Amino acid sequence: MELNWSYLLIVPLAVGALVLALFIVWWERRLLGWWQDRLGPNRVGPFGVLQALADMVKLLTKDDWLPPFGDRVFFILAPAIVVGSMLMAFVIVPFGPGLHVTDSNIAILFFLAMSSLAVYGVLLGGLSSNNKYAMLGGLRAGAQMLTYEVFMGLSLMGVVIHAGSFSLVDIVESQRGMWYVLPQCVGFFIFLIAGLAESHRLPFDLPEAEHELTAGFHTEYSGMKFGLIMAGEYLAMMLTSALVVTLFFGGWLGPSFLPPVVWFALKTALVINFFILLRAAIPRPRYDQLMSLGWKVLLPLSLVNLLVTGAIALAAAD
Amino acid sequence: MELTLFYIAAAVAIAAAALVVTRLNAAHALVWLVVALLAIAVIFFLLGAPFAAALEIVIYAGAIVVLFLFVVMMLNLGRRSITRERLWLEPGMWIGPAILTAILFGEMIFLIASSDTGDAGSPVGPKAVGEALFGQYLLAVELAAMLLLAALVGAYHLGRRYLRDRREEAS
Repeated sequence: MELNWSYLLIVPLAVGALVLALFIVWWERRLLGWWQDRLGPNRVGPFGVLQALADMVKLLTKDDWLPPFGDRVFFILAPAIVVGSMLMAFVIVPFGPGLHVTDSNIAILFFLAMSSLAVYGVLLGGLSSNNKYAMLGGLRAGAQMLTYEVFMGLSLMGVVIHAGSFSLVDIVESQRGMWYVLPQCVGFFIFLIAGLAESHRLPFDLPEAEHELTAGFHTEYSGMKFGLIMAGEYLAMMLTSALVVTLFFGGWLGPSFLPPVVWFALKTALVINFFILLRAAIPRPRYDQLMSLGWKVLLPLSLVNLLVTGAIALAAAD
Repeated sequence: MELTLFYIAAAVAIAAAALVVTRLNAAHALVWLVVALLAIAVIFFLLGAPFAAALEIVIYAGAIVVLFLFVVMMLNLGRRSITRERLWLEPGMWIGPAILTAILFGEMIFLIASSDTGDAGSPVGPKAVGEALFGQYLLAVELAAMLLLAALVGAYHLGRRYLRDRREEAS
């Protein structure tokens, strides 16, 4: 087991992802303001860019309150699990040719494993707060993430059949001829919806729906722990966007007048903006609507997609 | 290097498994169970079965134990269940299981000592696992799938009866 230079990428990747998550918060607020015909945060620094920094200073200096009625260990552990599992999943993302921390033959499974471990952050956060709203939010989050994980994995298997590998580098390389968004458009839409539900962002933020559950599973959180949970949500959105680009939009591939890393960054930024637009455009469904959409529509659809893709691959192989 | 990692992971797995049994709070026990499963996944990875390692986390740690935790949250176990657990974990309770486990442990030591364990095995990639499952062991896979389908239909039937009763009560 020799040490590889790509491990040097770990620290800048983790720090960069967290800082970027901070600035996406500002960017999201500006974009939402623009789409909703208002200004958004524009006071701190040029165009309000430093708002993110100001928010961080505020969160860091706030009183870090531990609920005396809750489970202290789980309460502290939960935000760490949320952020830790998401940062771990970033190691498999290929940012450019050769620019990845690790490329393994189980990369997609590793991503699914990490996103399924992220459920614990939310569940334990809800459980340890010992609060009705937090408990309900935690239960909702658990059920929602478990449901959408099932066909998140299934929707990716079409891509795996096409590429013949779980390795993300191989998947990007095999998209030189055609991006998988065309042959796998059903898989793409299912993955997009599942990714949205996994990162529990609007319109699928029912675990923290403020009109019925105050703030759901993170009702009791304050200060930097609240900041970590928020960062985890934005990290999940970045990760989903990066994977959408890698799996369906050819990753770093693009015309050669720009370096591959820039292509990857541009495509990912576009998908992130699309997620923000969804937040501005679509109202929240009811919780039972969300669950029945998952089990009754998306799960059979992803199974049919897998079946058809498999049949075509089998026919082509003969 | 790999041997050291194996012993660390094995020690973590055993310690976490012991804590699963001895914790009085069900939620704490489940979190230790997750730790034990993660340690076992590391062992699978070191033994050259990355696919099994990933599935161990996705399915056992990421889905099944989540459902257990889900049920624990629904039941809202309070102080009473902790005192009851303490009663169940009396020292006398340990004697029977300890004797049976000691017999099995002795058998295992005997088997390891008497058999030739020179073959360290070779890494098995995801493709090889798939080929084995849907080639050599196709019948077993299909039978297991039938069993799971029966369980699914049964669960649906029970849930539907409960819902129908509720609807009749409401009307």
